[in-house]
Amino acid sequence: MRNNSFKEHIICNVITLNRSAFPAAQGEHLHQKMSENGALPLRGKVLTVDTMNANVKKVDYAVRGPIVQRAVQIEKELKEGVKKPFEEVIKANIGDAHAMGQRPITFFRQVMALCTYPQLLDDNKFPEDAKNRARRILQSCGGNSIGAYTTSQGIDCVRHDVANYIQRRDGGIPSDPDNIYLTTGASDGIVTILKLLTAGEGRTRTGVMISIPQYPLYSASIAELGAVQINYYLNEEKCWSLDISELQRSLQAAREHCDPRVLCIINPGNPTGQVQSRQCIEDVIRFAVKENLFLMADEVYQDNVYAEGCEFHSFKKVLFEMGPEYSSKVELASFHSTSKCYMGECGFRGGYMEVINMDPEVKAQLTKLVSVRLCPPAPGQALMDLVVNSPQPGEPSYQTFIKERTDVLSALAEKAKLTEEILNTVPGISCNPVQGAMYSFPRITLPERAINEAKAKGQAPDMFYCMKLLEETGICLVPGSGFGQREGTYHFRMTILPPTDKLKIMLNKLKEFHQKFTQQYS
Amino acid sequence: TLPPPQPPKNPILYILHVCSVISRFTPEILRKGIHGDTMTENGCEYRERVLTMDTMNPNVKRVEYAVRGPIVQRAVQIERELKMGIKKPFTEVIRANIGDCHAMGQKPITFFRQVLALCSYPDLLEDGKFPEDAKSRARRILQACGGGSLGAYSTSQGIEMIRQDIARYIERRDGGITCDPDNIYLSTGASDAIVTMLKLLVSGEGMSRTGVMISIPQYPLYSATLAELGAVQISYYLDEDNCWSLDISELRRALQEAKKHCSPRALCIINPGNPTGQVQSRQCIEGVIRFAAAEKLFLMADEVYQDNVYADGCKFHSFKKVLFEMGLEYSEKVELASFHSTSKCYMGECGFRGGYMEVVNLDPEVKVQLTKLVSVRLCPPVPGQALLDVVVNPPQPDEPSYDTFIKERTDTLATLAEKANMTQEILNQVPGIKCNPVQGAMYTFPRIHLPPKAILEAKEKEQTPDMFYCMKLLEETGICLVPGSGFGQRDGTYHFRMTILPPKEKLKIVLAKIKEFHQHFMAQYS
Repeated sequence: MRNNSFKEHIICNVITLNRSAFPAAQGEHLHQKMSENGALPLRGKVLTVDTMNANVKKVDYAVRGPIVQRAVQIEKELKEGVKKPFEEVIKANIGDAHAMGQRPITFFRQVMALCTYPQLLDDNKFPEDAKNRARRILQSCGGNSIGAYTTSQGIDCVRHDVANYIQRRDGGIPSDPDNIYLTTGASDGIVTILKLLTAGEGRTRTGVMISIPQYPLYSASIAELGAVQINYYLNEEKCWSLDISELQRSLQAAREHCDPRVLCIINPGNPTGQVQSRQCIEDVIRFAVKENLFLMADEVYQDNVYAEGCEFHSFKKVLFEMGPEYSSKVELASFHSTSKCYMGECGFRGGYMEVINMDPEVKAQLTKLVSVRLCPPAPGQALMDLVVNSPQPGEPSYQTFIKERTDVLSALAEKAKLTEEILNTVPGISCNPVQGAMYSFPRITLPERAINEAKAKGQAPDMFYCMKLLEETGICLVPGSGFGQREGTYHFRMTILPPTDKLKIMLNKLKEFHQKFTQQYS
Repeated sequence: TLPPPQPPKNPILYILHVCSVISRFTPEILRKGIHGDTMTENGCEYRERVLTMDTMNPNVKRVEYAVRGPIVQRAVQIERELKMGIKKPFTEVIRANIGDCHAMGQKPITFFRQVLALCSYPDLLEDGKFPEDAKSRARRILQACGGGSLGAYSTSQGIEMIRQDIARYIERRDGGITCDPDNIYLSTGASDAIVTMLKLLVSGEGMSRTGVMISIPQYPLYSATLAELGAVQISYYLDEDNCWSLDISELRRALQEAKKHCSPRALCIINPGNPTGQVQSRQCIEGVIRFAAAEKLFLMADEVYQDNVYADGCKFHSFKKVLFEMGLEYSEKVELASFHSTSKCYMGECGFRGGYMEVVNLDPEVKVQLTKLVSVRLCPPVPGQALLDVVVNPPQPDEPSYDTFIKERTDTLATLAEKANMTQEILNQVPGIKCNPVQGAMYTFPRIHLPPKAILEAKEKEQTPDMFYCMKLLEETGICLVPGSGFGQRDGTYHFRMTILPPKEKLKIVLAKIKEFHQHFMAQYS
């Protein structure tokens, strides 16, 4: 799957740079590395791919993999005036709303500016509710500065606000601020919990169940920790839904060689865009209880639900509504973030997790573990606070806030629909409805000859397809192989984030490319 | 029926609230017992927790981080008790445990915060109140952000323009030695980058397991990370009698011993020193580099206190600079990663978690792996990146914010120098406390003499003697320090780490209280 030519390119680049920095030295340097009989180097590097952490080598993260690196290169080439059959690269590879032109929520940014430069509190240009929020946040910061470390678990008042938010969201089911941990984006929380759970050796090594297709943070973290990845496949024919029988199958198979202890769910789904039904969540919870699994619920797209009849149900809520038999037993960590939903504030790296039924001693260990990194970024914590404590009816910013939020979410809903519709008109592309999240994950039929040519190049067939698409149209997608897919099927992930007009152009280009590609290779 | 999570402000209501919260959990605790496992009626376990102390990651259990350890947790508790109106022999807790400047009252640099406010809310660019240089910095940063927003992901290595600015800053700092922006990686505070480099370095099993040399005393991020990664910690001791300097012979001793049971591959240096406050001489740095070259060690230079040098005759020398001035024989060979941060120096912007590392002579294939590894976490916080950009690219002499900036920076550093001096002088007046000069960084690490009776009592309580001392100090005076045992120290010696950050007047009171406490403690236990 690795793009060798690209890797070589990078290496060449680095060597060239070294050369230009020390022109005279290069020959001598090479000479010095050889002993007199020309055999072993006198001083090889301490850190080489042979001597480095073997788990890190196994890490793969397609969302920022070779195709994105090529896209960055192409952008540079365009800037340098190199002629291409397109004028700009469209990065539909990553859920980066602001980069695609989405405007930040005014209220959030006003409060952030006030927290950053409190002299602005005397400026009557800012609405009172923004000033109040900023004052409240600053009062809970050390020395009233967002530049102070916070407690490692996150600012007290922010955790209280998060707990209140969860309680409202879940129809009054209580949330304890002591169970909230603020994080550096949701990724950080997910990796921390996986780290706690990884133990044992050989057949007792922790196994982690993840959906296929999955968001590659999971496979990457599992590889880095040396845990065992257990794949369960989502059902593409049923709109990427989750089958309990498939969970059962994959668990049984995994028990032969590891100790399955965790089940990860992404809802709404990334990259597959499905929204789980309440029924399905209940079944998952029953399964987790029966099989003694720790549940991890990645719910960062909780506001991104578009399809009619679909509704977001948090695992926490369903768990508690199933009664104490479940709610007092199942260990659950659920994750949220400032990066998605209607905010799309990825750069601030704000997030939180809520842990339920965690062993108190383990919780003490978790608190200790997060303390080593001191604290999550304070601006991200402040932003998280605003997300969970947004303007209320009667406050001056309420109307604008609601309008901005609604506009973003309805534009996303429209684009979700548009994407599905246009892609499904292309022969050889078939795409499930984008019920939620920010991505479409259509299946593409690739001609035999294209598959053979890809294999000859040592590329996954969908990587070959996406690379060609990028070179010919400037559209940057991520091949399905980066997320995992059933053998012999091919997909790509595309965000629905470009502005509607651009999205239309992009979808049409994609259509045209696919037809041409199919023709060329059949 | 449950109380709302927000506790009431009235003290009596607060106590009621706490009671109700406790009662909420009591039945469960009674039912489940300490281990939380439930039994069915016939005595068969029907469900244990998945994640328990016995089944969790054993490396995590070994992690310790004293700077935020039990003493700090007790300090937080005491603060709550004070708020509830419980009487104590003091009225506030003074946290001298952590290098958190703003929490201790240091004001942020105006220019930095103006630029960040402009980046956060670009409508302010239309505002006549902001100086032009702040606006032009903000515009430049926003132009380098996706969609002109701080809210977009950046490239995983960090915004390219900022990496270029850092490279130029390093070149200026190091007298023109070239720096390649491709060798710069922005990070979430320096800690993040240190952990990432250690992660890359750790491999092998048994005798071939990576060993990492760290100073004792050390900043516990290192020991904690090595424990988490399951690497072997190799301790080399700094020479307290020579102002915590580093002896090459001690490095050699530690290395020889370690070679018997692991594969030593990295040498970590903190300069200026944390917790010990020494500033390494150029001579010493050269010695370390020669040692690393001879012994094939990867060098990690933690230089986050590079602007915090106070003592006369002391100067900060970066490892990169010294390495390149030693000639090609070294500069082409020694692999080096050096670290910097927005959290210390005169900025003290800890909350933004800004930082960077520069890698030198890193194997190109490993560099590809490093870039891949950092991409999994998407990117360092963009506000922290923006802040770092203004740190390495501050106002210039012809710009409107220059004078204010220089004044603010000079004031902060001059005050710190004064406090460093004062701390050393006052502590050295106390019989039984002996303290090296605070040449740099933000801490003093005095040695304390403890009477045998106190040591015995501590041992009975299963506390290290300096933990026992610091805990007592906290309970009696409200001063929160970190015991030396959290950083490591020679057997049979005892220390504490104290920051020099409280405002001067408060620092004087803190020092006077410590003096009084120590005398009282000595009298009590002798």
